[in-house]
Amino acid sequence: MTDDLAGRLAHLEPLPGPYFGEFGGRYSPEPLVAALDELTEAWEAAKVDPAFKLELEELHRSYTGRPSILTEVKRFAEHAGGARILLKREDLNHTGSHKINNVLGQALLTRRIGKTRVIAETGAGQHGVATATAAALFGLDCVIYMGEVDTERQALNVARMRLLGAEVVAVKAGSRTLKDAINEAMRDWVTNVATTNYLFGTVAGPHPFPAMVRDLQRIIGDEAREQVLALTGRLPDAVAACVGGGSNAMGIFTAFLDDREVGLYGFEAAGEGVDTPRHAATITKGRPGVLHGARSYLLQDEDGQTLESHSISAGLDYPGVGPEHAWLSDIGRAQYRPVTDAAAMSALRLLSRTEGIIPAIESSHALAGALDLGRELGPESVILVNLSGRGDKDMTTAAHYFDLLDRGAEQV
Amino acid sequence: MSAAETATGSAAAIAERRRAGTGALIGYLPVGFPDLPTSVDAAVALVENGVDVLELGLPYSDPVMDGPVIQAATQQALANGFRLRHAFEAVAAVRERVDAPILLMTYWNPVLQYGVDRFADDLKASGGAGLITPDLIPDEAGLWLDASKRTGLDRVFLAAPSSSDERLTRAVELSRGFVYAVSTMGITGARSDVDRAARGLVERLREAGAENACVGLGISTADQVREVLEYADGAIVGSALVSALAEGGVSAAAATAARLASGTS
Repeated sequence: MTDDLAGRLAHLEPLPGPYFGEFGGRYSPEPLVAALDELTEAWEAAKVDPAFKLELEELHRSYTGRPSILTEVKRFAEHAGGARILLKREDLNHTGSHKINNVLGQALLTRRIGKTRVIAETGAGQHGVATATAAALFGLDCVIYMGEVDTERQALNVARMRLLGAEVVAVKAGSRTLKDAINEAMRDWVTNVATTNYLFGTVAGPHPFPAMVRDLQRIIGDEAREQVLALTGRLPDAVAACVGGGSNAMGIFTAFLDDREVGLYGFEAAGEGVDTPRHAATITKGRPGVLHGARSYLLQDEDGQTLESHSISAGLDYPGVGPEHAWLSDIGRAQYRPVTDAAAMSALRLLSRTEGIIPAIESSHALAGALDLGRELGPESVILVNLSGRGDKDMTTAAHYFDLLDRGAEQV
Repeated sequence: MSAAETATGSAAAIAERRRAGTGALIGYLPVGFPDLPTSVDAAVALVENGVDVLELGLPYSDPVMDGPVIQAATQQALANGFRLRHAFEAVAAVRERVDAPILLMTYWNPVLQYGVDRFADDLKASGGAGLITPDLIPDEAGLWLDASKRTGLDRVFLAAPSSSDERLTRAVELSRGFVYAVSTMGITGARSDVDRAARGLVERLREAGAENACVGLGISTADQVREVLEYADGAIVGSALVSALAEGGVSAAAATAARLASGTS
């Protein structure tokens, strides 16, 4: 181990970007650099501005419903070797997921830099709904790019965004999923950058997005760390989160980076299995490369062409991952493990039946991972799980997966 | 061909047109569209019809700077089985038949995965003049600066109307061959009027010391070529040529090139 690395490991503070070890950076077309610089400067100024912080805190309290609660799930935990499992309930946020934390901050920032139009990509529709919500609240024009495949499997979220006043563009290029929605949003941004801010939804993309989105999501872990200490008198043994781009995971990991006794576990979508081509397990199966403005792990072929990912959950169906996760994996501070569609769906049903909480399919990957972690860590262990979203949006998928509809019922 | 000869690649071709009292026509086509042999024939036809510098696009899965015409063409090339080695084969095949310098336009990840040094060596060996790198800004270009310096290949960075003076200066200092002035804020695709921003950007590039500033994005007619060459050293045309090739084959691409080239006389 180099002295430099040893020094960093001794005290892990969130890095400011653009680089996380050899990952991150800014692999973006020159026409966007001025906007990225503007955003970086605006964020550096805003995050230390007491007025900005006060306004964001007030929105969290009176609009989102923060702090989100911590729920111990004892009946669910009986299936995890008796470990104590605590859920950080981001599913109870207004709009139904952690995405609102990031969006409110970036919407405030949009107003601060004087732009009047926002665009965003969305996979599951959670970030799109959150962005459309913030745009309605702040009176901003809003266009959401969504892969055509995702508009079909998340049709209700398309309707929600339109009801909120956003224009939803179904992207027909490439694999017609999240990565192509990002490409199309980037093209819009290059063209309309003078009036438009890109509300990027995850801790990927060019600097400043990985650091800025993490900063806006770290409230999850900051709250949860206090809540776990208050409830159990100690820190958790493990923190579990699902990882697509990785914003909910960075949001809950960041507060624990320097607590070396706390294991950090990211659960990637293994789809139909990491030994098949149909998965989205980027860190498990990918290798370093450049996509969407940053160097990170990436599912790609020998020629550097991005491979199509697969997950039953639209929100994890992404062939890239945030650069800070790539770095945390490389230095060994966090572990990343694959969870199949089947294991995630099984955990979704288990939490629904044992606790009366229907989780998002994305978050169900973390729940499935926590079941295994509990068995590994034993009955004395405490596992904190980020329940990043609720499952209402996934009813169509779940209804078909579990065959829950009466014959002839075609309304779903 | 010696390193010294190719080092002058696109700059030499542009200088020759400048001596003739005009500027260069730079034509873009993707490698492998509609198939590899036809893309080679089409590139040759462009040169035979007045294109001074060729820009061959390397098909990539996530082309964020390209509009619908080029996206559709490069996606078809990928669907037809395009591999990176085909780019070098195409460059060599075109160079066997015509003498114009050839730049590859490529997003960065394919180069990174192939190996930056290996890519530079293979491009050099195939007779290519250099790279245009739309998503590689000088800030991240360390490996490529080294490899291009070693091989004498051209490196063309982009400059945008929104770029700061400091960034323009850096783009001018680090580019070799020419600086690619993005005419308007946007992606590739024909536009009815090329933004006035282009003229201002080229002026700023001159102040930053640019010898060769070529304007691209949105140029599709001979009149636009003529207008751009009043103040710039080259006019870059892409989507209009790709559309012609898609709709009417090599002969249509050749005819479009000849029409565009009339704007350089």
